[in-house]
Amino acid sequence: MGLLSKKDAKLITDPLADNNPITIQVLGICSALAITAELEASIVMSISVLFVMGVGNVVISLMRNIIPSKIRIIAQLIVVATLVIIVDLVLKAFAYELSKTLSVFVGLIITNCIIMGRFEAFALGNGPWRSFLDGIGNAAGYAVILIIVGFFRELLGSGTLLGIPVLGDPIEKTGLYSIGYENNGFMLLSPMALIVVGIIIWVQRTRNKDLVED
Amino acid sequence: MEKRTDKNSYTIIFAIGMVLVVGSLLAYLASSLKPRISENQRLEKQQNILYAMGINDNDETSAVFISTDEAPDAFSENVSDQIVITIDANGKVLSNQSRDEYFNATKQEPYLIDVKKQQASAKAGGERKLPLFVGKNKQGKTVYVAPIYGKGLWDAIWGYVAMDENMVVQGAYFDHKGETPGLGANIKQRYFMDDFYGEHLLTENGTFKGITVAKGNADPKNNDKTDNEVDAIAGATITGDGVSAMIKSDLKLYKPFFDNLKKQGK
Repeated sequence: MGLLSKKDAKLITDPLADNNPITIQVLGICSALAITAELEASIVMSISVLFVMGVGNVVISLMRNIIPSKIRIIAQLIVVATLVIIVDLVLKAFAYELSKTLSVFVGLIITNCIIMGRFEAFALGNGPWRSFLDGIGNAAGYAVILIIVGFFRELLGSGTLLGIPVLGDPIEKTGLYSIGYENNGFMLLSPMALIVVGIIIWVQRTRNKDLVED
Repeated sequence: MEKRTDKNSYTIIFAIGMVLVVGSLLAYLASSLKPRISENQRLEKQQNILYAMGINDNDETSAVFISTDEAPDAFSENVSDQIVITIDANGKVLSNQSRDEYFNATKQEPYLIDVKKQQASAKAGGERKLPLFVGKNKQGKTVYVAPIYGKGLWDAIWGYVAMDENMVVQGAYFDHKGETPGLGANIKQRYFMDDFYGEHLLTENGTFKGITVAKGNADPKNNDKTDNEVDAIAGATITGDGVSAMIKSDLKLYKPFFDNLKKQGK
C-alpha cells in the first residue's frame, strides 16, 4: 500500500481481524443476527453499511469541533439518519428497483451500533481522511463476518447460495438429499447466527491468544 | 476552562441550527423528488397488476416485471376494465362502476385507489371502494385482479391476486415494506407466489374459505389445489399468517361480485 502510510493502512487492516467490530468490539450484533439468513441480504447490507460508514465518519469528523459534547449522540444520530434518508429518497426517484431491495435495510442501518460506535470512538477525535479509512475498515470487517455467517446459514439452512440450489433439490431428493441429507431449518432462525458468530470468535481467539481477555 | 461548545446557550443554538438545516434539506429533497417518486409508484402498481395477470418477464426462477417503459402500454392493452365496487360497512354492495364512470366522477384511475385508506374508512363505519381489474391473461382466459393489504411481522404487506370467475387463483404477487430479509421477505419470491396458482379460494360447496399459508400441510409440492392451503416459508410464520389474513379478509368482499357474475352467466 504505497498510497497509505503504515499507520493509516492499519486503520483498514485492523478491523478486518484483530479489532473486528463484531467479534472483538461486539458491535453490530443485532443486524448480524437479523439479516444473515441469506447470503444476498448479507452482501447488500455490507455494501450499504460500507457507504454510510465511509461518508458518515467523514461528516462527523468535519463537524467534530462544533458538535456540543452534551448532545453529541443525538447529533450523530441525526447525521446518520439524514444520510440514509437522502440515499433512500434519491434511489426511490432514480433507481426505484434498487431502492425496493434496500428499503428494508434503511432502519437497520440507522440503528446499527457499529456506525454510532465508530462515530463516537473515532470520528469525533480524528481528521476526515483517517476517519474515512476507519469507517471503510470497520465496515469491511463487519462485512467479512456478515458474509461468512450468511454463507453458512444459507448453505446449511436452505441448501442454496445466492438463491441457487447447490446441494440438490430437497423435494425431489436429488444430489446430497438422495443420501438422506436434510436442510437444518434451525439455521434460518436468529439464534443460529449467534452460534455461528460464537464459533468464529472461538476460532479467532484460539488462533490468536493475545485476544483472550483474563 | 470551559470550552465554547460546552455552554448551554451554544448547545441550544447548535441544536436549533442543525434541526433547521437538516429539516429544510430533507423537506426540499422530498418535495422536489416527489413527482418522480409517485410516477415510479404508479408504474409499479401497473407492473404489479400485470404480474398477477401473468403478464411479466419471468425467467426460470426469479420474478421479473415487464419493463417500466412497456408497462403503461401493456396496461391499457391488457386491462380491459377497472371495476369499482362500493360496499357499506356491512358488506352490502352499493354500486358497481366501470372505469369510465369512476374516472368521470372522481378524475382518478381506479388502480390508484389506496386500499389502506379504504380499509380504514370501512373500519370507521364508512363505505369502502373495492377496485377489480379485468383482463385476459396469456392463455386468453378472463381474469379478475384484486388488491389486498395487511400486516406482516414488522410492517405492511400487500399484494394482487388474479382469479377466474370461480375464484380460482390465476396468479399472485406479494410485496412487503420491511419483512426480515431471507425469511418473511421471501413472500415475494417465485417459489412462494407460484404456489398460489390454481389454488381454490372457495370450498367444494362454494363458501369462501380463503387460502391459508400452512405449516406442515404435507404437500410441499402443492399438488392438492383444493385444500385451501399453500406451504409456508420456514422461519416466517407471522408474515405467512399475515398473508393468510389479508387474503381471507379482503378477497372475501369480492365474493358477492363473483356470485352475481355467475347468476348473469346462467
